[in-house]
Amino acid sequence: MSITSILLILGLFGISGYYAGLRKSLIIRKNKKLHSSPIYHGALLAINSSLSSVIFIILWLIIEKNVYAGLEYFRNILYLVSIIIFFIVSLITFKKIKHDFKARDSLEKIVQYFLLGCSTLAILITIGIFLSVIFESHKFFSIIPITEFLFGTHWSPQMPIREDQAGSAGAFGAIPLFTGTFLIAFISMCIAGPIGLMSAIYLSEYASKKIRSIVKPLTEILAGIPTVVYGFFAVVVVAPFIRNAGSNFGIEIASESALAAGLVMGIMIIPFVSSISDDVINAVPQNLKNGSLGVGATKSETIKKVIIPAALPGIIGGLLLAVSRAIGETMIVVMAAGMSANLTANPFEAVTTVTVQIVVLLVGDQEFDSPKTLAAFALGLVLFIITLMLNYLALHIVRKYREQYE
Amino acid sequence: MNNLKLRLAKEKRFQLYGILSITLALTLLSVLFISIFSQGYTAFQETKIQLNINFEQNILDPKKTRDWDVIKKSNFNILIRNSLQELFPDVSDRNEKRKLKKIISTSGEYQLRNYIRNNIESIGTSKKIWLLADDDVDMLIKGHINRILPEEERRIDNTELAWIEILETKKLIKKFFNKTFFTSGDSAESEQSGILGALIGSLFAIGITLIISFPIGIATAIYLEEFAPKNNKFIDFVEVNINNLAAVPSIIFGLLGLAIFLNFFEMPRSAPLVGGMVLSLMTLPTIIISSRVSIKAVPPSIKEGALGVGASEIQAVFHHVVPVAVPGMLTGTIIGMARALGESAPLLVIGMVAFIVDIPQSVTDPATALPIQIYLWADTPERGFAERTSAAIIVLLIFLILMNSLAVYLRQRFEKDIN
Repeated sequence: MSITSILLILGLFGISGYYAGLRKSLIIRKNKKLHSSPIYHGALLAINSSLSSVIFIILWLIIEKNVYAGLEYFRNILYLVSIIIFFIVSLITFKKIKHDFKARDSLEKIVQYFLLGCSTLAILITIGIFLSVIFESHKFFSIIPITEFLFGTHWSPQMPIREDQAGSAGAFGAIPLFTGTFLIAFISMCIAGPIGLMSAIYLSEYASKKIRSIVKPLTEILAGIPTVVYGFFAVVVVAPFIRNAGSNFGIEIASESALAAGLVMGIMIIPFVSSISDDVINAVPQNLKNGSLGVGATKSETIKKVIIPAALPGIIGGLLLAVSRAIGETMIVVMAAGMSANLTANPFEAVTTVTVQIVVLLVGDQEFDSPKTLAAFALGLVLFIITLMLNYLALHIVRKYREQYE
Repeated sequence: MNNLKLRLAKEKRFQLYGILSITLALTLLSVLFISIFSQGYTAFQETKIQLNINFEQNILDPKKTRDWDVIKKSNFNILIRNSLQELFPDVSDRNEKRKLKKIISTSGEYQLRNYIRNNIESIGTSKKIWLLADDDVDMLIKGHINRILPEEERRIDNTELAWIEILETKKLIKKFFNKTFFTSGDSAESEQSGILGALIGSLFAIGITLIISFPIGIATAIYLEEFAPKNNKFIDFVEVNINNLAAVPSIIFGLLGLAIFLNFFEMPRSAPLVGGMVLSLMTLPTIIISSRVSIKAVPPSIKEGALGVGASEIQAVFHHVVPVAVPGMLTGTIIGMARALGESAPLLVIGMVAFIVDIPQSVTDPATALPIQIYLWADTPERGFAERTSAAIIVLLIFLILMNSLAVYLRQRFEKDIN
C-alpha cells in the first residue's frame, strides 16, 4: 500500500462520511427545524475527519524525513492509525449533529482558515527564496571571502579538475559581472526610456481614440513576446546588423556585443515603460492641464512644464521598475551577450551579466559542495537584494504619488 | 509675442517625436515578426524523395516465417541502397555510393521498417515510397543553399547536385507538409527533429502550474479582498510580499526550485512536475493581483443584497461575488499561464535543458519545454535548425496569441457583466 492509495481510501471514506452526516441531519429535520441545512452537516463531517487524518499523515512523514528515518518500517501502523483517527473524529462529529448544531458556522471557519493559509503562501515563498539563496551563499562565503567576491575584478569560475593543476584556482571577483549587467541595463534604458515615455505621452495626450485603440494592443503584443524570442532576434538579426554597420564605419564590434543585447532588451522594455507612464500621466488631474492651457500655453509646453513635473515621481518609479526588470532579464543576455567576463564600459565589446553567469554555472552537473555551484547562489543573492531594493523603492514612490492625487 | 512661430514649431516637433517613437516601436515589432516568419515558414514543409523499393524476400524474411521479430532485425538500408543503384546505375565507386545513400535521411530505414510492420504482405513486392531527404538536400530544394555558388562554398557538391537535378526532372523529389515537425521529439538530425516532445513537456508544466496556482491564487485574492481585517500589520506584510514577488526576476524562482525542490526534497531533475511548481510560484502574484482587481470591480450592492436577505458572509462572497468575478479572474489566470508558457530562465536552472529524444509520458519524465527547445536549437549552427527554431517560435507565438485573445474575450464579457 502506498500513500496515494491511503489518501484515495480516505477520500472514499470522506464521501461516505458526507452521506452519513447528510442522512442523520435529514432524519432530524423531519421533526425539528435545523440550524444549518443538511449538506453543511455532511460536508463538515467529511472534511473534519479526513482533514485530521491527512494532517496526521503529513506530520508522520515530516518526522520520518527529518527526525527519525526508522519510522519508514512502521508505515502500516501509519495507515492503520490514520484510518482509526478518521473514524474517531467522524464519530465525534456524527454525535454532535443535532437540530441546534451550528455546522455551517464551523464549516465557514474552516474555509476562512483555508483562505488565510493560502494567502500566507506569498510570505512562505519569499522566505523560501531568502533561505535558499542565503543558505547556499553562506557556504560559498565560507570558501571565498565576501570581500573578494564583491570587490574582486577577475572572474573565471572554472575550478581545477585535479588538486595539483597549476594556475587555474578559479577566481570569483564579481565586479566585471556587475559592470556588464549595468552596462546592458543602461543601454536598454537609453532605448526604452525615451521611446516608451514619448509614445505614452503621444498616446495619452495627442492620439485620437481610434489610433489609441489600435496602437495600444499592438504595443501590448510586444510585451507578451517571450524573452527567448527576443534573444533569437538579437542573435539572428540585430547582432549581425550592428556588426555590419560597425564595419562600414570602421568600428570593430564583437559578434556578442553589449550593444546588441542592450538594444533588444530595450525593445522588450518599451511597452513596460509606456504602460506605466501612460497610467501615471492619466492620473494627473485635468484641472492642472486646463489651467496651463487656459493661460495660453501650447500643448507641448503644458506637457513639458506641467504634466511631466506633476507625474515625475510616478515616471521615475516606473523607470526604476524597468531597470529592475532589465537587471533580472536572463534569456536575451544568455543568448546575445556572451560568457567572457570583461571589465569594460565599451558597448561594442562582449560583456557578461549576473544572470548569464548564474545560468552558465548551473547548467550541467551541479555539486552542492563546489564553489562553482554555490557561486550561482551568491550571485542570485546579490541579484535578489538589488531588485528587491529597486522594487521596494519604485513601489513606494508610485504609491506616494498616487496618494497625492487621490 | 514674436516667438509664437517658434513655439508652434516646437509644438510640431514635439508631436513628431511622439509619432516617431511609436512608429519606431511598431517598426521594430514588425521587423521581429517578419524576420521570424520569413525564416520559419519553410520549415512547415519537408522534402521527400520517391524511391521504388523492392522488398526482397531473401533480405527481409529468407525463411518465409512472416514473423515480425525476425523481419525487424533485417537490414533495411540495403533496400534503399539497391533502389538508389537502380535509379543511378552508373554510380559504381564505393565512396560515391555512400554519398548517394546520404541524400536520404538516416531515418529512411525506420520509415521502411514501419511500413513493413503495417503492411507485412508487401514483402516480395516492390512499392513506390516517399522517403525523407537529408537536411542538406532539403535546404537545397527550399532554396536556402544557392546552386550558383562555387562548389567549395556549398554544402552540396556538384555530383550530389547533379543527382538531385536528375531526381527533379523525373519528379521524384517533392515538398510535403512537414508532419515530422509536429510528431517527433528532438533529434541530432535536423530533418528528423520535431517539437512534439517539447510541446508536451510545456503542456505538462503548464498543467501543473494551473492546478497549483489557480486555486491558491484565487483563494488568496478572495481572502485579501473580502475577509482580511483592515489595517492589520500581518495583512500589509502579505500584500507587500505579493507586490514584490511580482517583480522578482524569474531566474531567482529557478534558484528556489533548485535549492528547495531538487536539493532538499530530492524531486526528479528535468521533470515538468518541478518546472510547473516553479512556474506556479512565479505566476501566483500575477493571478492574485488581477483576481483582486476583478473582485474589487464587482459592485458592492451585489454583496450587500445577499447579506441583506440573511446570507452569511461566506455565502454572500461565494454565491454572489465570486461568480460575477470569475471571467475577470480567468483573464488574469490565462495571462499568467501565457507568461509561464513563454518563460525559460527558471527551467534552465532546474535542468529542463537537455537533449531529450523521447516524448515525455508523465510529469516526472525528463522533458524540455518549448521555449527551451527554441533556445537549444538557436544555439545550433546548422541551417536546418535555424529554420526549425523560427518555426517553433511561430508555434509558440500562435499559442500565446490564442491564449491572449481568449483573455481579451473574457475581459470584455466581464466588463459587460458588471456594467
